Amino acid sequence: MDALILQALNGLASASSLFLVASGLTVIFGVSRIVNFAHGSLYMLGAYLGWTLVTRFAGGGAPGPLGFWGGVLLAALAVGLIGVAIEVLLLRRLYRAPELFPLLATFGVVLIVQDLALWAWGPQDLLGPRAPGLHGAVELPLLGLRFPRYELFLIALGPVVLGLLWLLFRRTRFGLLIRAATEDREMVGALGVDQRALFTGVFFLGAVLAGLAGALQLPRESVNLHMDLAVIVEAFVVVVVGGLGSLGGAFLAALLIGELHAFGILVFPRITLVLVFLVMAVVLVLRPHGLAGAAPAAVPPGAPGAAEPVIRPAPLALRRFALAVFALACALPSVLGDYALSVFADFAVFVLFAMSLHLLMGPGGMASFGHAAYFGIGAYAAALLAHHLAAPMAAGIALAPLAAGLAGLAFGWFCVRLSGVYAAMLTLAFAQIAWSVAFQWVEVTGGDNGILGVWPDAWARDRRVFAWLALALSAGGTLLLLRAIHAPFGYALRALRDSAPRAAAIGIPALTVRWLAFAFAAGLAGLAGALFAYGKGSVFPTLLAIPRSVDALLMVLLGGVRTVTGPIWGALAYAGLSEQLVRATDHWRLLLGLAIVALVLFFPEGLAGAARRWWEARESDGRR
Amino acid sequence: MSAPPPPVLEARGLVRSFGGVRAVDGVSLAVRAGELLALIGPNGAGKTTCFHLIGGQLRPEAGTVRLAGRDITGLPPPRIFRAGVGRTFQITATFGSMTVRENVQMALLSHAQRLFGLWRPARRQMRAEAEALLARVGMAEQAERASGVLAYGDLKRLELAIALAGRPRLLLMDEPTAGMAAAERRALMALVARLARESGLAVLFTEHDMDVVFGHADRVLVLDRGRVLAEGTPEAVRADPRVRAAYLGGVAA
Ligand SMILES: Nc1ncnc2c1ncn2[C@@H]1O[C@H](COP(=O)(O)OP(=O)(O)OP(=O)(O)O)[C@@H](O)[C@H]1O
Ligand SMILES: [Mg+2]
Repeated sequence: MDALILQALNGLASASSLFLVASGLTVIFGVSRIVNFAHGSLYMLGAYLGWTLVTRFAGGGAPGPLGFWGGVLLAALAVGLIGVAIEVLLLRRLYRAPELFPLLATFGVVLIVQDLALWAWGPQDLLGPRAPGLHGAVELPLLGLRFPRYELFLIALGPVVLGLLWLLFRRTRFGLLIRAATEDREMVGALGVDQRALFTGVFFLGAVLAGLAGALQLPRESVNLHMDLAVIVEAFVVVVVGGLGSLGGAFLAALLIGELHAFGILVFPRITLVLVFLVMAVVLVLRPHGLAGAAPAAVPPGAPGAAEPVIRPAPLALRRFALAVFALACALPSVLGDYALSVFADFAVFVLFAMSLHLLMGPGGMASFGHAAYFGIGAYAAALLAHHLAAPMAAGIALAPLAAGLAGLAFGWFCVRLSGVYAAMLTLAFAQIAWSVAFQWVEVTGGDNGILGVWPDAWARDRRVFAWLALALSAGGTLLLLRAIHAPFGYALRALRDSAPRAAAIGIPALTVRWLAFAFAAGLAGLAGALFAYGKGSVFPTLLAIPRSVDALLMVLLGGVRTVTGPIWGALAYAGLSEQLVRATDHWRLLLGLAIVALVLFFPEGLAGAARRWWEARESDGRR
Repeated sequence: MSAPPPPVLEARGLVRSFGGVRAVDGVSLAVRAGELLALIGPNGAGKTTCFHLIGGQLRPEAGTVRLAGRDITGLPPPRIFRAGVGRTFQITATFGSMTVRENVQMALLSHAQRLFGLWRPARRQMRAEAEALLARVGMAEQAERASGVLAYGDLKRLELAIALAGRPRLLLMDEPTAGMAAAERRALMALVARLARESGLAVLFTEHDMDVVFGHADRVLVLDRGRVLAEGTPEAVRADPRVRAAYLGGVAA
């Protein structure tokens, strides 16, 4: 009994911290509609800056002149200013861009901050100072239990912050404007309010909350470089489960998730990671806009400046160019060395991976943040067959797309029923569930150690032969996707994206078409994954992790989401770039992050989009 | 002697409210094969809402919709399309990333249950049929243009071609001639009237232009604040004092 009560209290303390982070995220989303991936980085910076301010501004490791609380508050304010800088320098330029662009930009910020934090604070975990006056444990009245003072303080802090935010929103003009903007963005413009100042203010508020939450972790756990992604994923879950933009919802959801963690460890120690995402999936399936969220006002399809270009058959010149490139690719393995051959096979894999995601994002108009799930499921299917059944490679390559396609059918059934950010978050949740299974089901998947010895059959073990095999399968899958985009099925997908009412009125069954597209894309991602597994000879849970999903998103956007073959070039360019960066410098995260930010800011049509524009301009000059 | 066939469309007692206000409040109407019924009324009378209730875009809170005797109340739009209803929208809805011809091909392919093809290019399928439909509505020359760049009147024409591609028994047209010049309006309505006469198509349409209404409708139904105010031949409706007071005013006098 006592253990249960202690566990419940622990859950409440975690819930408070989680709420602090999530409240900032949800307020920012409500006003700006930006899904701020960098919110976790702000949290991490809060912890690092707090550590420095508390411990370093004095001699001998004792708390500095600011004291603990002064340092924590100062760190929160400093993070608030960093948030303002991010808003003013970057996000402000992206409010009119499609939903995915700001999100990617903030992911670029995540990478940049990771490298800067590594440079400033080093790779080792930093132990935080204790909070003066809140050391040790107290005896709880009535219960007769001893419980850490600091945790009690945190438990109280959550409701206090909720109350303060409530007062801010109800009693001040700033709060009124935030609420107005959350409910109806256009209205604020009509009120004659300086939107820029409002957005900047909201970012400041959200960043302060994140920084505060981070700094307040100091007495609880050590500061490290993994805090950002760990917390952002949970904060997303809280915000989405609560309902985007809803503070009360976020509070409820934080309690739910906090307690779930606390008791999940007692009851199902094996599936704690899955549990959170399972709950999110269940909530979203039952309540598509979260616990307290309202259906968003319908955004007119293809809002400002988003007229999708007409897809026409590729002009002859482009076909010739593609054929030439393909011929070159066929010839290349005969002259490449061993290392280059394995890079070549990787590139073939990434092309198929990116193209399969593009079917969903381009013609399908759906965002998937979890496409790595299907890549990984394909890879694991092949590896498990090889490892447990000693199946030949042909079986692995045939069954992997099937396994991934079935997973796509299962997950996609839910995902296509939601829209926008909620749908994207559900794809993320499913990917995290798949990742947790790979990570935690050690007997079958080997957990973190992965599965080794997944080698191709003897005939394909030669690197050159394998490179050709990868090329053939990647090209075959890509051809299938291209045909599908130009076939009635791809047209039906596009019809649904362009105008849902019109598509319904001419009898296109939206859910069925989207569902099958999801499974089709998943199946081909699975094929790519299986090839990757055989190419590397091993699989690890990272194959299904978030960074790999982001890789795929970046390849598609770099190539041009509104083009047909752009993702091919995007995959080659992105894989080439990151390959070079990783080899050439330790600061590849920083450079990659900067590249992403630059891409989003200056190159939103992607490589193929820019090439098309150049081509069309040339054509119309020629005609004149 | 056999009973007369049921009307193509028969709606009874349709009700739908938004936030407590009844936008459609007990509307009944019937359209026979080959007949053009005009639904008129001031802005906000509930005309578009009626169309949505019949076409499946909205579910009625009460009432029934029958198509040639078959109950289609509350079915989703794709099933109502398959039952034989084609429609155009007041706020035009076409596929902006497709050419004009592809928009029509899309509807043809759907009608032919060929949506799930993965290999043969869509643009090479049912092309002649699409062009024939476009020629009918006077859009043949624009077949290769992107539908996203069309003028408003041309979009309306394209929508009509799309609606006809499903070989409907019932055609719902919400302000089909908005954005057109007077001569174009007459030509378009003459085409629709001819189709109705030749193939027994039943047509329900709304229109703010009284020349179009009184020049082409067989019967007129006047809606006001969600209720049927009057119904009858154009002449009878035009003469109805309540209608004159509520709506027509000096317009058609
Ligand atoms: N989706 C909706 N939500 C809330 N109210 C609605 C909605 N659709 C229609 N209404 C309201 O219902 C009433 C009827 O609207 P409807 O569009 O049917 O009128 P209408 O006769 O087509 O008008 P118009 O001639 O302007 O097209 C109006 O008061 C309108 O504001
Ligand atoms: Mg209307």
